Amino acid sequence: MIETMSLGRDFKVRGVVVPAVHDLTFGVAAGEFVGCLGPNGAGKSTTIKMLTGILTPTRGRALVAGLDPARQRKALARRIGVVFGQRTTLWWDLPLRDSFELVRLLYKVDRNRFGTRLAELTEVLELGPFLKTPVRQLSLGQRMRGDITAALLHDPEVLVLDEPTIGLDVVAKAEVRSFLARLNADRGTTVLLTTHDLGDVERLCRRVLLIDHGRLAFDGSVAELRALVPGQESIEDVVAHLYLSSTRAAPRTPRRTPDADPPTVTA
Amino acid sequence: MGDYLLLAWTWARASAQYRTSFAVSILSSFAINALDAVAIGIVFTHVTTLGGFSLREVMFLYGTGGVSFAVADMLFGNVERLSQHIRAGTFDTMLIRPVSPFVQMAADGFGAHRIGRLAQAVIVLGLSLPVVPWSRAWMVPVMIVCGVVIFTAVFTLGAALQFVLVDAPELANAFTYGGVTLTQYPLSVYGDQLVRGVTYIVPLAFVNWQPALYVLGRPDPFGLPGWLRFAAPLAALLLSAVAALAWRAGIRRYRSTGN
Repeated sequence: MIETMSLGRDFKVRGVVVPAVHDLTFGVAAGEFVGCLGPNGAGKSTTIKMLTGILTPTRGRALVAGLDPARQRKALARRIGVVFGQRTTLWWDLPLRDSFELVRLLYKVDRNRFGTRLAELTEVLELGPFLKTPVRQLSLGQRMRGDITAALLHDPEVLVLDEPTIGLDVVAKAEVRSFLARLNADRGTTVLLTTHDLGDVERLCRRVLLIDHGRLAFDGSVAELRALVPGQESIEDVVAHLYLSSTRAAPRTPRRTPDADPPTVTA
Repeated sequence: MGDYLLLAWTWARASAQYRTSFAVSILSSFAINALDAVAIGIVFTHVTTLGGFSLREVMFLYGTGGVSFAVADMLFGNVERLSQHIRAGTFDTMLIRPVSPFVQMAADGFGAHRIGRLAQAVIVLGLSLPVVPWSRAWMVPVMIVCGVVIFTAVFTLGAALQFVLVDAPELANAFTYGGVTLTQYPLSVYGDQLVRGVTYIVPLAFVNWQPALYVLGRPDPFGLPGWLRFAAPLAALLLSAVAALAWRAGIRRYRSTGN
């Protein structure tokens, strides 16, 4: 469902070419639930953006649902859903319901199918009470549920989420997690998410990709990840250990813009 | 096209919810542009011709250039906000939708307030029409359409530039708003070098000046070849092709924001 071959992207920073992602090769089969981990600035978001057609790769290639994301962006958009935890894809000034209607029009979803799907999602994600509220007035948890709904109205085969649980409280986090798990189990939707929240990884992901310095540092199950650093109790400790050792091994290249997210490695 | 209308309609409906600001913005945009036209009238209280053109002829140039610009601005002027969209991260959102980001940006926040400038230009053009002989009237719609295409291409080039210079949207303004001001006067008031520049490099002379020389039956004061008077469609086509290529190159170079 997702395939990358020696994928890479450089950014020019004050005349110096900095590779943000380098030689990334991995595959995700249909129906998998994969978590992408890595320290701030490791290249997770850059990877996600190449897979969704936002950024054009400098090297290598990617195939998502059989399409080249950068070249077949519009065709791909109909097949995948994308959620950014850090920002909404909804229209700030429009009520949630109108935002969904706009999404329906953009994706040309049949009115009946849209109605059924929205009713389902409204029930599962409990959107009812704030469907008529403008997006800017929603709480973060409500907005995230709205964003997830908007990404699923056209019934995509792949759902890509960039830090979907960032900033959510415990209850909202649990709701989003159980929803994603059900989506993957019941509908067979392939899910790829990036996160700093290791709870997400432990509860949801059968497979973990660890990206560091723009390269794939680990690809395997959570159990295998744990086995990598024996003697560590929690997965947090394992990952913190790995992050630290990689930092010592090679000095971090300065990033173009620092990530705004809080360091949740030890959280 | 269908996507554009759909989005524009949705936005217009949303913006109509704020009636007062809607009326105020139409009126203010009309008033600002009307003052601009009054300035020409004042010039003509002191002289009888401007660059060899009578008041009505200048109004014809002003009106055609103004209508072309107003239509282009109304439909596509918003693409100039690219750097804002890049910084706010909303451009990323547009890239994950199955509709061209250019169309999404152009239609973003569409409202009827964009009509103010057009109304004023249409009035000036209407008042000038007695100078147009019937036999040459066919050129008027042709030049307006070509003008819309040329200004749209200039807007697009300005936007494409912002992929590289995210912090310099003003540079693009020099060509768009500077361009419309330039076309609102007979080019004969400007210097030879500038006129050659806007004929052969940034083809603003084809928005109205060259076709108007034909409509008004005037010899070219700069002695440029006569076929240029009919070259507006060619200029519009060439500039659009350049703009489309620049836009694509810009998307390929797009860097998004930090995370």
